[in-house]
Amino acid sequence: MTDGLDAHIPAGPLDKKWDQHKFESRLINPANRRKYEVIVVGSGLAGASAAASLAEMGYRVKCFCYQDSPRRAHSIAAQGGINAAKNYPNDSDSVFRLFYDTIKGGDFRSREANVYRLAQVSNAIIDQCVAQGVPFAREYGGLLANRSFGGAQVSRTFYARGQTGQQLLLGAYGALCRQIAEGTVKMFPRTEMLDLVIVKGHAKGIVVRDMVTGEISSHAGDAVILATGGYGNVFYLSTNAKGCNVTASYRAYKKGAFFANPCFTQIHPTCIPVTGDYQSKLTLMSESLRNDGRVWAPKKVRDTRPPNEIPEEERDYYLERKYPSFGNLAPRDIASRAAKVVCDEGRGVGGTCLGVYLDFADAIARLGVNTIRERYGNLFDMYHKITNEDAYKIPMRIFPAVHYTMGGLWVDYNLMSNLPGLHVLGEANFSDHGANRLGASALMQGLADGYFVLPATIGNYLAAHTGEKPSADSTEFKKAEEDVQNRTRRMLGVHGKKSVDHFHRELGLLMWDKCGMSRNEADLREALKRIPQLREEFWENVNVLGDSEELNQSLEKAGRVADFLEFAELLCYDALNRRESCGGHFREEFQTPDGEAKRNDEEFAYVSAWEYVGENSPPQLHKEPLVFENVHLATRSYK
Amino acid sequence: MTAPGPAKRNYKLRVWRQKDGRTPGRFAEYDARDIPADASFLEMLDIVNDSLIARNEEPIAFDHDCREGICGMCSLVIDGTPHGPNRATTTCQLYMRHFPDGQTIVIEPFRAKAFPVLRDLIVNRSALDRIQQTGGFVSVRTGGAQDANNIPISKPAADRAMDAAACIQCGACVAACPNASAMLFLAARVSHFALLPQGQPERTKRVIAMLAKHDEEGFGNCRNHYECEAVCPAEIPALFIAKLNREYVMAEVKKAVE
Repeated sequence: MTDGLDAHIPAGPLDKKWDQHKFESRLINPANRRKYEVIVVGSGLAGASAAASLAEMGYRVKCFCYQDSPRRAHSIAAQGGINAAKNYPNDSDSVFRLFYDTIKGGDFRSREANVYRLAQVSNAIIDQCVAQGVPFAREYGGLLANRSFGGAQVSRTFYARGQTGQQLLLGAYGALCRQIAEGTVKMFPRTEMLDLVIVKGHAKGIVVRDMVTGEISSHAGDAVILATGGYGNVFYLSTNAKGCNVTASYRAYKKGAFFANPCFTQIHPTCIPVTGDYQSKLTLMSESLRNDGRVWAPKKVRDTRPPNEIPEEERDYYLERKYPSFGNLAPRDIASRAAKVVCDEGRGVGGTCLGVYLDFADAIARLGVNTIRERYGNLFDMYHKITNEDAYKIPMRIFPAVHYTMGGLWVDYNLMSNLPGLHVLGEANFSDHGANRLGASALMQGLADGYFVLPATIGNYLAAHTGEKPSADSTEFKKAEEDVQNRTRRMLGVHGKKSVDHFHRELGLLMWDKCGMSRNEADLREALKRIPQLREEFWENVNVLGDSEELNQSLEKAGRVADFLEFAELLCYDALNRRESCGGHFREEFQTPDGEAKRNDEEFAYVSAWEYVGENSPPQLHKEPLVFENVHLATRSYK
Repeated sequence: MTAPGPAKRNYKLRVWRQKDGRTPGRFAEYDARDIPADASFLEMLDIVNDSLIARNEEPIAFDHDCREGICGMCSLVIDGTPHGPNRATTTCQLYMRHFPDGQTIVIEPFRAKAFPVLRDLIVNRSALDRIQQTGGFVSVRTGGAQDANNIPISKPAADRAMDAAACIQCGACVAACPNASAMLFLAARVSHFALLPQGQPERTKRVIAMLAKHDEEGFGNCRNHYECEAVCPAEIPALFIAKLNREYVMAEVKKAVE
């Protein structure tokens, strides 16, 4: 390990590490747990499951979310499903296979021990959710149904129509509600974290803003848990909710937490294409559609005929052609890049020529329209609402869009960052998905972290630091509050000419163009030049109206965009440093003759963990080497 | 049913503006110009807000988040109808192609005693969370679960439970009801659990507690107007309210007998 970055991976064989670690972890007597107060920021799958589980164990919990209800966190939008190694379909699935698929899917840039543990606890998640009453899809015999997802050749995905995320979140939210009613969790909706407070080197609290009254206040705790999601909105247009932001993670980074692999961003292949510059967000069409839909583009360049008039022999089912063994279920990064290649060749479809077809005609002929409606009805309806087109009759048009971020705050095996006391869960951390996440694995990871991992590991920190909870009146908190207030005043005081959204859109265009689906050194250097200019313009010319002591959505957005304007630079530094192509990070300089990603294990089999060293200095890189003892580093092939 | 017309359209908006819960509100009129027919309703408001900011007027505050119809955060009463004119559609999934060029559109917050206005079009719906806290769950501790397939559930029962569980807790049912009743929401939650074996141990307690809280929060009673069903973006059928009533009667009888 370099630079004091110790991942604390337990010794011993891979399949014994987690059990051994749990046995060796420090415990806190049930009667003593109520003496500890834990702060949880975020109420999605990771945050809600952690808050509820810790409270059930006896800890006192405060949970914060920016939405008006914890049940609205963006986990709710996950459509397709959640993976587990149950092997109910008897297709030779196993914990090891789920582990292997996830490591390989992540292009060998994740930690073996973390991923194996994820696969190990996956089955207990399904048990837990069913016990909570999550209405998963069932077979006629009454047992649970499964379907397949990208990057796997087994059917291990559990689902609840097209709204698995909502149903799992309702399970976790229910558990959270029960604890709120019992008084063990105090819930703070419409409350946004604006800073992390460090006392004697430990994360001991947060500064928040009440989004209704504008009041700034401090909360002290024995430990702080961030479950604040990903940073996809740095690209402005993404499948994230409008409110998703990097502020909590970025504030922690500026207080000393390392940010790991920020350049690992996932572009999802099946989203509804962009139609105009007024557009505020992109909508995902679940990956599950690729079970029955066939992706194609015309063979001819700029073929403007309607899809139904293009004869079979003039269609290029390019995923089936290029990746015969996985076909339409090639992993996300590969399917996205293939769509980009087709569009770059001028074979894209739709008004903008930035789209390809996802065609259900064969599946409808084979299974009947009713079966397709039953499987994907809500997705077809959503597509119709947005595009005014009937996908039962003409193929859907799809295009890749920013969807998920594999990078996040660096954590060790206990899910604790390099800042003692700060724990990071779910999409906000970096550890499990490497350079590319497989479909139906985000829900699995969020719930694994919250229900099973953190409750077992947090004792290691708490037991060693008993009774160190500071008062929220201490100088460190007062200083942080003051900083937040100054920053707010500064934003309101610019009185410029342009809206916050204007700057966010500009940043998004720049990031998509220079650091999107494919990247190269010249573009990244250009972005690193332009981001600071845009940031400067923001602070000179943004117009944030209204007051700080009221409900002020412009002010909320301004704070988030200001952080994105700094964070974008970090993302580009990381993309520039990683001179290899792996997973979602495609550097044009590093590809095979047939255009596939060319990884460089000799030089880059490490986690990039970035340290903030000051306003005007480039971030400092720390490396955590990735050691593979149980899988062979193979060239990833889905051919 | 789209409204044919130009690709870019103009509208007159009458929008409810209210500084906060203590200050009386009023309607204000705005022009919405050059709105692409393919823009969503909320994107139309984004465009209007951008033009307001350019004139140094405070933008219209409205709740929204996922903008894909699932988080339940968006609201708005549009021309008298919660979530606007289209069936089974949240405001964020409503597109301007459904509004003819030149139309005047009236935009108000969800109105109900239990949903106080916070600012402009934003209301406080946490009363629904407080109802959930009295019983919207199965009391199972993390880690205490048996193997998932040890609880077989027939496909029709699972599908029916899923129909109820699809509620996104947006509160449109309340805004549409002349009595501001949240019974469709409540019925969905109660039915979801009542239809599943996991929900049985707490079935009686749940419906009594949740209904009591519903009334305490100031929501009215159901008088069979069916307005809730008509506006529900998740298409929760009002039949679940009949189920809620049965559940409640059975629970009271059971309580009395025991």
